[in-house]
Amino acid sequence: MFDQFLYGTEAAINGLMTGVMYSLVALGFVLIFKSSGIFNYAQGVMALFGALTLVGIQDGQVPFASLINAVFGTNVRDFGWTLPAMLSILLAIGVMILFAWLVERYLLKHLVNQDPIILFMATIGLAYFMEGIGDLMWGAEIKTLDLGINQGINTTIDSLTYDWFGYGFYIDNLDITAAIIAILLVVALTLFSQYSSTGRALRAVADDHQAALSVGISLRKIWVIVWGISGFIALVAGVMWGSKSGVQFSLSLITLKALPVLMLGGFTSIPGAIIGGMIIGVGEKVFEFVVSSSWFGDAMGFTMNATENWFAYMLALVFLVFRPQGLFGDKIIERV
Amino acid sequence: MSESYVTPDGRTIGGKVLEMRNITLRFGGVVAIKDISFDIREGEIRAIIGPNGAGKSSMLNVINGFYHPQDGEIWFHGEKRKPMKPYQIAKQGIARTFQNIALFKGMSTLDNIMTGRFNQMKTNMALQMIWKGPAEREEQENREIVEKVIDFLEIQAIRKTPVGALPYGLQKRVELGRALAAQPRLLLLDEPMAGMNVEEKEDMSRFILDVNDEFGTTIALIEHDMGVVMDISDRVVVMDYGKKIGDGSPDEVRNNQAVIDAYLGVDHG
Repeated sequence: MFDQFLYGTEAAINGLMTGVMYSLVALGFVLIFKSSGIFNYAQGVMALFGALTLVGIQDGQVPFASLINAVFGTNVRDFGWTLPAMLSILLAIGVMILFAWLVERYLLKHLVNQDPIILFMATIGLAYFMEGIGDLMWGAEIKTLDLGINQGINTTIDSLTYDWFGYGFYIDNLDITAAIIAILLVVALTLFSQYSSTGRALRAVADDHQAALSVGISLRKIWVIVWGISGFIALVAGVMWGSKSGVQFSLSLITLKALPVLMLGGFTSIPGAIIGGMIIGVGEKVFEFVVSSSWFGDAMGFTMNATENWFAYMLALVFLVFRPQGLFGDKIIERV
Repeated sequence: MSESYVTPDGRTIGGKVLEMRNITLRFGGVVAIKDISFDIREGEIRAIIGPNGAGKSSMLNVINGFYHPQDGEIWFHGEKRKPMKPYQIAKQGIARTFQNIALFKGMSTLDNIMTGRFNQMKTNMALQMIWKGPAEREEQENREIVEKVIDFLEIQAIRKTPVGALPYGLQKRVELGRALAAQPRLLLLDEPMAGMNVEEKEDMSRFILDVNDEFGTTIALIEHDMGVVMDISDRVVVMDYGKKIGDGSPDEVRNNQAVIDAYLGVDHG
């Protein structure tokens, strides 16, 4: 039975690593939702776009190459250089900040004080627009993203756990890196929002628009900052998922995995997004491990597979019924 | 009235800080403010009174830029003001409180009052992110000013409490603190004593008088409690149905027939 316990622990640790990635995507949602009440459907596409841009810049691709070739009859593909990882990351961050500015200037500015559903529809439009632009700019083929992050089994953990328990845990180096980066990002973001005047302004806007205006905070400037930070988080999430499974258009579907995380953690809570992501990551791996094991089959007479596809949504459904505000969300109080 | 004069209690009232000239504000067909002119002088406490729906809050919202009047001019410190956004007006030194408290409920008292210093904090975001050098120094300097405000308003005990958890009277005080932290040239108070008991009203009156006396802050306030208004204000504007029906010292206003009619009703029979 002890070996089963070890396998379960390994699954839980791997789940925790995946969960941190879910948290990252959910975090981008929460930031925008808190500060402007917009449910940003485009968050996943922003991750895709960020990753595409990073690969494109790194490989020296000519943006809009196919369009240029079609119009001018030329045959340009790339500039023929490969940029260092650090430089391409900085440039990609620049692009995401520019994107945030454009969104505020050409979309949000015109939709101030509209109903949430209209803003939501606008972000759906934005999502498809960005997917199209991403395709047009960088092409639709699957790309490999290589930032020099180690991939494959972490041998230190493998041998350590083998010495201790007689069974080596398989934990991917990339997952460890991703988890560390995500944790650093969350800590930095928390410190920034707690101890700087811009951070305080972000929280102020999230709390009360009118009061924020009256103390001299420009909502539009704050929205650019918030979308910029969300864009940056999307870039990090996109890069991590992209390094794992290649940069492809299905990347935008991580939005769908972030939704149950938000329902669990609450749409307005940053710690909620983080803990919600971890619960779902660990939950789905451990659940899969248990229900597909032979001892579960012996006891129950059946086993299940591929539960990871639906476990998160089931859990979210349970939460919707019993605790609709999520673990940490603002309590829903109806006054009559 | 001469350019500046000294009040009976020894405060100097200076020239015009703000001048409203023929302000008209319409919402569709409804005229909220009809051709109103008045001024606010440096160092005075100016009250705006009137029955419910008279347009007092609308007037405050015009001054701080939430509403833009269709007609009329606003002169601030001798310059005609262009139409501006509320946050730009806040930058010019006009701070305010709200009738239905508008605090940042999830944040502590200290953080709420710190937001009042937003305009005075100039270091750029990149520096704030690493919280070093100028950003750190600036944070500390502003923190000192905020601590003074907290001492002044006697709310040391609730510095770290989230304001959503505070009783109503204290929330009003924190909101005053946030406005004070900006060290405004003109402070607008929208019903600072609404919903308070006698003791809380006395405290608030004392704070308003002290702010005016110690910092020389010019204050415009809306208030329903006539006793308080007559006690603390230097001059009073009276509004009714969007029109100005009286303007002068508390004594003049008290004896104005139009004002008495507006408050007590007129016999139309």
